[in-house]
Amino acid sequence: MSDQNRAPIYEALRQYASNRIVSFDVPGHKQGKGNGALLEAFGAKCLSMDLNSSKPLDNLTHPTSVIREAEQLAAQAFGAAHAFLMVGGTTAAVQAMIFHCCRPGDEIILPRNVHKSAINALILCGAIPVYINPGVHPRLGISLGMSVSDVRRAIAAHPKAKAVFVNNPTYYGVCSHLEEIVRLAHASGMRALVDEAHGTHLYFGEGLPLPAMRAGADMAAVSMHKTGGSLTQSSFLLTGPSVDGEAVRQIINLTQTTSGSYLLMASLDLARRELALSGRDTFRRVKRLCAYARAEINKIPGYLAFGSEILDGDRAYDFDATKLSVHTLDLGLAGIEVYDLLRDEYGIQIEFGDIGNILAILSVGDRELDIERLLGALSEILRRFQRDPMNMIQQEYIDPVVDMPPQKAFYAPKRKLPLEESAGCVSGEFVMAYPPGIPILAPGERITQEIIRYTRYAKQKGCVMTGPKDIELKFIEVVEMSLWSCGIPKSIVKTRDFPSG
Amino acid sequence: MELWYTEEHSENARFSIRVKRQLFSGKSPFQQIDVFEAEEFGRFLTLDGLMMLTQKDEFIYHDMIAHVPMATNPDIKRVLVIGAGDGGTVRELVRYPAISSIDMVEIDRMVVDVSRKYLPFTACGLDDPRVHLYFEDGLKFVRDKSSQYDLIVVDSTDPFGPGEGLFTKEFYGNCYKALTDSGILVNQHECPYYDGYAHAMKRAHARIREMFPVAKVYQAHIPTYPSGHWLFGFASKKLDPLRDLQEEQWNALGLETKYYNTDLHRGCFAVPTYVRRQLEEDAHA
Repeated sequence: MSDQNRAPIYEALRQYASNRIVSFDVPGHKQGKGNGALLEAFGAKCLSMDLNSSKPLDNLTHPTSVIREAEQLAAQAFGAAHAFLMVGGTTAAVQAMIFHCCRPGDEIILPRNVHKSAINALILCGAIPVYINPGVHPRLGISLGMSVSDVRRAIAAHPKAKAVFVNNPTYYGVCSHLEEIVRLAHASGMRALVDEAHGTHLYFGEGLPLPAMRAGADMAAVSMHKTGGSLTQSSFLLTGPSVDGEAVRQIINLTQTTSGSYLLMASLDLARRELALSGRDTFRRVKRLCAYARAEINKIPGYLAFGSEILDGDRAYDFDATKLSVHTLDLGLAGIEVYDLLRDEYGIQIEFGDIGNILAILSVGDRELDIERLLGALSEILRRFQRDPMNMIQQEYIDPVVDMPPQKAFYAPKRKLPLEESAGCVSGEFVMAYPPGIPILAPGERITQEIIRYTRYAKQKGCVMTGPKDIELKFIEVVEMSLWSCGIPKSIVKTRDFPSG
Repeated sequence: MELWYTEEHSENARFSIRVKRQLFSGKSPFQQIDVFEAEEFGRFLTLDGLMMLTQKDEFIYHDMIAHVPMATNPDIKRVLVIGAGDGGTVRELVRYPAISSIDMVEIDRMVVDVSRKYLPFTACGLDDPRVHLYFEDGLKFVRDKSSQYDLIVVDSTDPFGPGEGLFTKEFYGNCYKALTDSGILVNQHECPYYDGYAHAMKRAHARIREMFPVAKVYQAHIPTYPSGHWLFGFASKKLDPLRDLQEEQWNALGLETKYYNTDLHRGCFAVPTYVRRQLEEDAHA
């Protein structure tokens, strides 16, 4: 921990400002002098640090001085061999992990509730997904982690797969048995990649689920801005000792900007310093606040703030106690209704609401006073808006049939069909239902009667469908060449003839 | 050498008092607390640099926050006071023999301790046996209470510090639930003149009106508060402060007051036209 109180990028920016260097380079606002509105909005201090790569400030694409030092300090703080500063969000980090491991046609094992950024990475690089059912909690309707036995079966069935990709923790804080999954992957010569977008704090708190680097994973995408306190869009990609760091940097440089924002980089530097120096105390406090809020919410009739009691030793192997998730259906209100009421009636913005639950994120910036406001508002919602209890819809998991690589399906010529007549065709689009946030279809997957029936049911039950161009999902774009395999239906509508709206 | 206390009533207007000496300065987990002594106003208490009370004019505020609801319903028995760490509000309430209990909830214990030591003229009622002190967040305290108070007095700081939770819709809703059917909620309601305060005032009124069938505003003139023109909110489930004023019953109590009287009670709900407009405006906000 010797140098963790340093912040090399931030220090270099301060030094740069104190040297009063005359700027004939970009950015053109010249520390705000050229844009009064910007100066007024963001302040002189902020704009004085919006600078360009140069010798004293290093260069993100090929770091040799202060950025390299900041990366080393971050690697040390997270217990990784390398840490890469990412200015394109955790999406870029997830994509870099997949690009690094997969070539066109390679298989990769991943949970079906994977973030869209991972499936988009498959579209970009031509890899083929092997999906694992994450399972859904029957009462809460939230998707869980991967079962170890499912991973073992998938590895046995696809021994040539290049990597096992794990979502850990999920949005709701559910963790898989990461250490065992990593062990299984390595035993078969596969890489273990972890989407740790919601897990920055695991590296710094105590009594929290095992973070990826400590579980022996090869690469992890850490969303520093989500719970770690850096600016939005800044993130870390971590790699373990057996991964060639310079090769990873080349992959990152394929898509990352060559004008990396020093505001984002300095925010990563400073947030890492804060976490390394006082993260333990901070997350002890966050855990305490969360435990308090959970206990108090559970005293209000109609709400269930769930925690480690949902653990089952497998798909729900561990739970991140800094997540505050509340089941609301017994109140007669959908999670999304409570989410809207909190914002519209009480001026409280929470992270997420689905059919059955709301999710509040507690992190470095929360105060006791604000927790009391949330609790006060929840008790008011009970008094003012309670209805008869509702049941969770019956979720079912339909194993996807991947007929062609997502990349091929994405770029193939497509036709628009009524969804009801599309059975047998290959989908050219995403269809995702909330809850539970598991894709029903991704590009390249076969549309079956079962899927059509389930989609009808989920829509009727009020699930929100996202992904398709037709937001009502009456129509779906299918891969043109798949029409032959299912017999061309009568009512084909060409994409360009399809009425908008 | 001159020592002056200055409060910024707006970004462009200041109010200053020549200070004889500073009696206390300390930082609690919630705020900066200071007590001064001045020629013009006697001792005065500030929180985060904002004027809370002075020895010379505190009677105006405390008369108006306590006696207006009590004269509307002199049979009030159970009272909840939120904030009011200096004790002035409780000092007025304990003068009513009919009141059987006063729960006082102040988030900051240090304010009470400092007041007991340096402001005995307001803190003197806190030792009455009917008074129960709780040191916690008022929003938290009131959350699980149901139909158990005849009067809730919100004597808070401004809505930009530890007091911000006491200006929220969830708080007013929780108060509604905690009040009996004839319950009254009285709150310090900020000033209508300076924009920052007026905005908070309008928001508070709109939120209270949404919860309570009776929601009115009354005024007092307090020299050391921003603009000198201060408002209070009166909300209830059914009692109207003018229609239900128990003039004879209250006067029969024989309480001596320096600012409040029942004639003033009738007059103080007559607010200036621009204030009336501000209060109506928000109907559409």
